[in-house]
Amino acid sequence: MIQMDPIQLRLLKEVADLHDVPEGAYNFRANGGLAGRKTTEHIDITSKPEGSGIDIRIKDGTVNESVHIPVVLSESGMKETVYNDFYIGENCDVLIVAGCGIDNCGKQDAEHDGIHRFFVGKHSKVRYVEKHYGSGDGTGKRILNPVTEVYMEEDSTMEMEMVQIKGVDSTERTTLAELKAGAKLVVRERLMTHGEQNALSVYKVSLNGENSSADVVSRSVARDTSFQKFDACIIGNAACQGHTECDSIIMDRGRILAVPSLEANHVDAALVHEAAIGKIAGDQIIKLMTLGLTEAEAEEQIINGFLK
Amino acid sequence: MLELQNITFSAAGEGGKVDIIRDISLTIEDHRYTVITGPNGGGKSTLAKLIAGIEKPISGRILWNGEDITDKSITERAKLGIGFAFQQPVRFKGLTVLDLLRIAAGKTLNTSQACEYLSKVGLCAKDYINREVNASLSGGELKRIEIATVLARNVQLAVFDEPEAGIDLWSFQNLIQVFQEMQAADHSRSILIISHQERILNIADEIIVLSDGRVKAQGTRDEIMPQLSGTDAAVTACEMLQ
Repeated sequence: MIQMDPIQLRLLKEVADLHDVPEGAYNFRANGGLAGRKTTEHIDITSKPEGSGIDIRIKDGTVNESVHIPVVLSESGMKETVYNDFYIGENCDVLIVAGCGIDNCGKQDAEHDGIHRFFVGKHSKVRYVEKHYGSGDGTGKRILNPVTEVYMEEDSTMEMEMVQIKGVDSTERTTLAELKAGAKLVVRERLMTHGEQNALSVYKVSLNGENSSADVVSRSVARDTSFQKFDACIIGNAACQGHTECDSIIMDRGRILAVPSLEANHVDAALVHEAAIGKIAGDQIIKLMTLGLTEAEAEEQIINGFLK
Repeated sequence: MLELQNITFSAAGEGGKVDIIRDISLTIEDHRYTVITGPNGGGKSTLAKLIAGIEKPISGRILWNGEDITDKSITERAKLGIGFAFQQPVRFKGLTVLDLLRIAAGKTLNTSQACEYLSKVGLCAKDYINREVNASLSGGELKRIEIATVLARNVQLAVFDEPEAGIDLWSFQNLIQVFQEMQAADHSRSILIISHQERILNIADEIIVLSDGRVKAQGTRDEIMPQLSGTDAAVTACEMLQ
């Protein structure tokens, strides 16, 4: 049974693309309380003591199942820190959808800090989608500071899609990953900041096992007077492959600081980083204008495509 | 009908302003296939950009179907039915071929409709429809996609700036057929092509020779072609491929 008001349901749609109760396991959190939960034969969800978060346990061999754990905040002044631990067994293939939506119409700041830890078992494959969204016209800030820790066993795979497109005033995202032999981590981050927003995104990926690999790619757009910092470090401690890339569009009086870095502690660590920041090319806008779009429409199309 | 009246354009160059277009007046009638040719640096591409609104003349007027469009933006001209294919197509990170064709058509295209445009320009649609229009595409592929975006629009005047450049592996006959079909599909539609290519010149109703920012000659194909043979203005396919 899920109990949510219309604002919370709208936030839920934004962060989890959910119009209705999803199939599979889920845990909905609204304004610091449990709004609904379902477990399945293979996926168990239990509360930590004192409501500080949940443990999600996925049994060995669970395939083609999903877990949704969205959080919505619609009370001004609400501040919470939540610890969620995911224990994914061996030989699994699962989708995990998390995300947080904040609607703040009041004067006080609303903040959600989610600390997620993933323990990915051998030969398991996880797709993790996390969306952040803010709305509301109050003067109180909407703040999200997620921490994600990923511990990957041999030959496991994790694909992470992190999206924050609108409405979050301040965010500090920290992602730490440790990979054993043959493990593979793929991160696709999409970020847009506007107004006076600040976004800091830090990645520290340690490739500890032979033939482990990581591909961390961020695409971002900084509008108005917003500021972004992308700080990604890949550490090669074995024969491994690592790649990190930051590709940004800067607009108006936005500011972007890209700090990709590499640390090789093994002679067979193959590590690459790339970073590019630039404004929208005038030719791109002109081309779309010759197809009948206005300058503003052309800009929106280019940004939407870039962040798609 | 497009009328250029006493168009002059200059740009900043070394040692001051350089006149690129010098007092050009000409008329492109409806349902005409006109090719503008002439030596490099003669002002051909600039003239095409002036028609599309990408550049603005420093003097003179441009009339489209009797309406003065000199001060109209690129967007307004596009909406009035003027299409433009770039000599050097633009790349977009993230936008797919299908996205571009949908924007061009101004409506939701289903995949099979979009594929029709790609097939016309010699691209296997299923291989391209979902590809990003980015650096992974070759110059020739981009050029064909560029032409397809103009095909997807219902334009009354289609301006192509050196459409043959970079598509040497695709037969010129197909390219010419695209232009002919485009014109045949709408009896008020005109095609204006900037080209040196003899086979493109050979099917023109009218040829305009532009040199040093001026119209050096203008007339029917039969009148102009004899004057062009052996000059830079009419290059055979073999010479172009060398």
